[in-house]
Amino acid sequence: MSLVVQDLTVDIAGRRVVDGVSFEVPDGARVGLIGESGSGKSLTALAVLGLLPDGAEASGSVRWNGRELIGLADRELATLRGDEIGIVFQEPRTALNPIRTVGRQIAESIRIHEGVSKKDAAARAIAEAARVALPDPERIVARYPHQLSGGQRQRVAIAMALACRPRLLIADEPTTALDVTIQAEILELMLSLVKNDGMSLVFITHDLAVLSQIATHGVVLEDGRVVEDAPVSQLLTTPSSPVTAGLLRDATATLWRPGGAE
Amino acid sequence: MSDPSTGSGTTTGSATDAVARRSRWRWLRRLWQLSTGRFGIIVVLVVLATAVTAGLWTPFDPQQVEISNRWAAPGWPHLLGTDGSGRDILSLIMAGARTTVFVAIGAGVVATVIGIALAALGALTARWMRESVAVFVDILIAFPVLIIAMMISAVWGGSLAVVIWSVGIGFGVNIARVTRPELRRVLHSDFVLAGRASGLTPLQNLMRHLLPNVAPVFIVQLSWAMAVAVLAEAGLSYLGFGAPVTEPSWGLLLAELQQYITIHPLSVVWPGLAITITVLGLNLLGDALRDATDPTLSRGRDRLHPPRGAIRHVPEVVA
Repeated sequence: MSLVVQDLTVDIAGRRVVDGVSFEVPDGARVGLIGESGSGKSLTALAVLGLLPDGAEASGSVRWNGRELIGLADRELATLRGDEIGIVFQEPRTALNPIRTVGRQIAESIRIHEGVSKKDAAARAIAEAARVALPDPERIVARYPHQLSGGQRQRVAIAMALACRPRLLIADEPTTALDVTIQAEILELMLSLVKNDGMSLVFITHDLAVLSQIATHGVVLEDGRVVEDAPVSQLLTTPSSPVTAGLLRDATATLWRPGGAE
Repeated sequence: MSDPSTGSGTTTGSATDAVARRSRWRWLRRLWQLSTGRFGIIVVLVVLATAVTAGLWTPFDPQQVEISNRWAAPGWPHLLGTDGSGRDILSLIMAGARTTVFVAIGAGVVATVIGIALAALGALTARWMRESVAVFVDILIAFPVLIIAMMISAVWGGSLAVVIWSVGIGFGVNIARVTRPELRRVLHSDFVLAGRASGLTPLQNLMRHLLPNVAPVFIVQLSWAMAVAVLAEAGLSYLGFGAPVTEPSWGLLLAELQQYITIHPLSVVWPGLAITITVLGLNLLGDALRDATDPTLSRGRDRLHPPRGAIRHVPEVVA
């Protein structure tokens, strides 16, 4: 169950936004994609699942478990999405449908992929809500997103992504929109879930400090190209590219600032 | 980490069912709790009931002329009096309700089909198609409904079908105009992307995430279209473009009675009231429907409707 991305390019309206990105996520590995905004890290992740916006064109190779995903029909990709590969987005305020209860949204992918009855899916939703440590899961599934806090919504989004026990979780800046204390909770939750299930993780962030808490390996992107690909410990101690050094400076600046993170 | 398999899943199955059932009908309860919604429901039900009753029974034959009994004052047996040819006004209004319901529903259906089709074409297709539809809608919107009706009736003569088609087309375009950008907005929202990421097919995504989120805007437009259809039927019939004189219609009745407004001012009030209250009821129902189906407008976190007199929960903000 490994993900191998080779020479991936994404073009939007003639502009090359991802330019020959290659990296590997072996089974059970936790890999971070890191770079400034606009470096192409989110588009790389979306391209893996075939979720690029209209007008964006992906080429190159994305092999999931030996199977080529680029060029696969949307209908075929849909059977993988949520089932084998789950994704969590950055903004929990908008990632949930405002007019559906939390439980129905968690149950959605279970119903699609496992063909269980509405009733069983609703019961599963409660169990999944409990798994992501949402308080009072039996009642929270009947609530609407606006009745939850940002951290709770992100837990719901994680429950949705993990409901079908995917083998790979892609997390696109899942903590960026949250308060610092909530960030730590969400990171801890994701790490424990990923470790428990032995799934692989692709974690996208612009924050090397966050990355160091969750990933073991980092792929540094700049302008759609990979500039460094190394274990996180090495990125932290001996960054070989100026981009990584800059990210490291940003991360330590946060640590050093009085009252900053940590 | 709690184990998912031993969760409360099996024991709370029935509780979950109850929750699901309750949430499915809670919008109806909420609609009834809104005073505007209650008024709208009652008006619409009364008009519908009147129309159905009139198909089976009216106090008098609405077209029965009784010259000896012209301009009878309201009383017994003519509860709302009679008109200039001795016809019973209550029976005429009841029979007219059938026409009104027919026109409102007909125009609503036409407007829905045209509106949704144009909105979908203008929001979900290729770029050149989307933009041509947008321009087409902008052009059509420049024609007032009344002008469309006059054009159609100039060619095919006045009939109820003219009213239905002209209001249906006029408001279908309006619905498309308002619904299209809304559809675009929802289409690019994260939860639609998240729906795709969960493995929904485009059609499933449309039915579960797109349309339900566009529905509020659509409902308000539709109720407005139906209200205008009632007005337009009256107006066009009044002007002679709508119902033929043999057809009972509030607009025709109003047109006839208002000629004698200085002599018999009371009689003209009845069809006028019927039109006004029906239009108001439809409008309020539409607004209330939008409010009732929007969960973000609900008060309280757990209990939707605390007992009367209880302090309502203020939605708390959890850090």
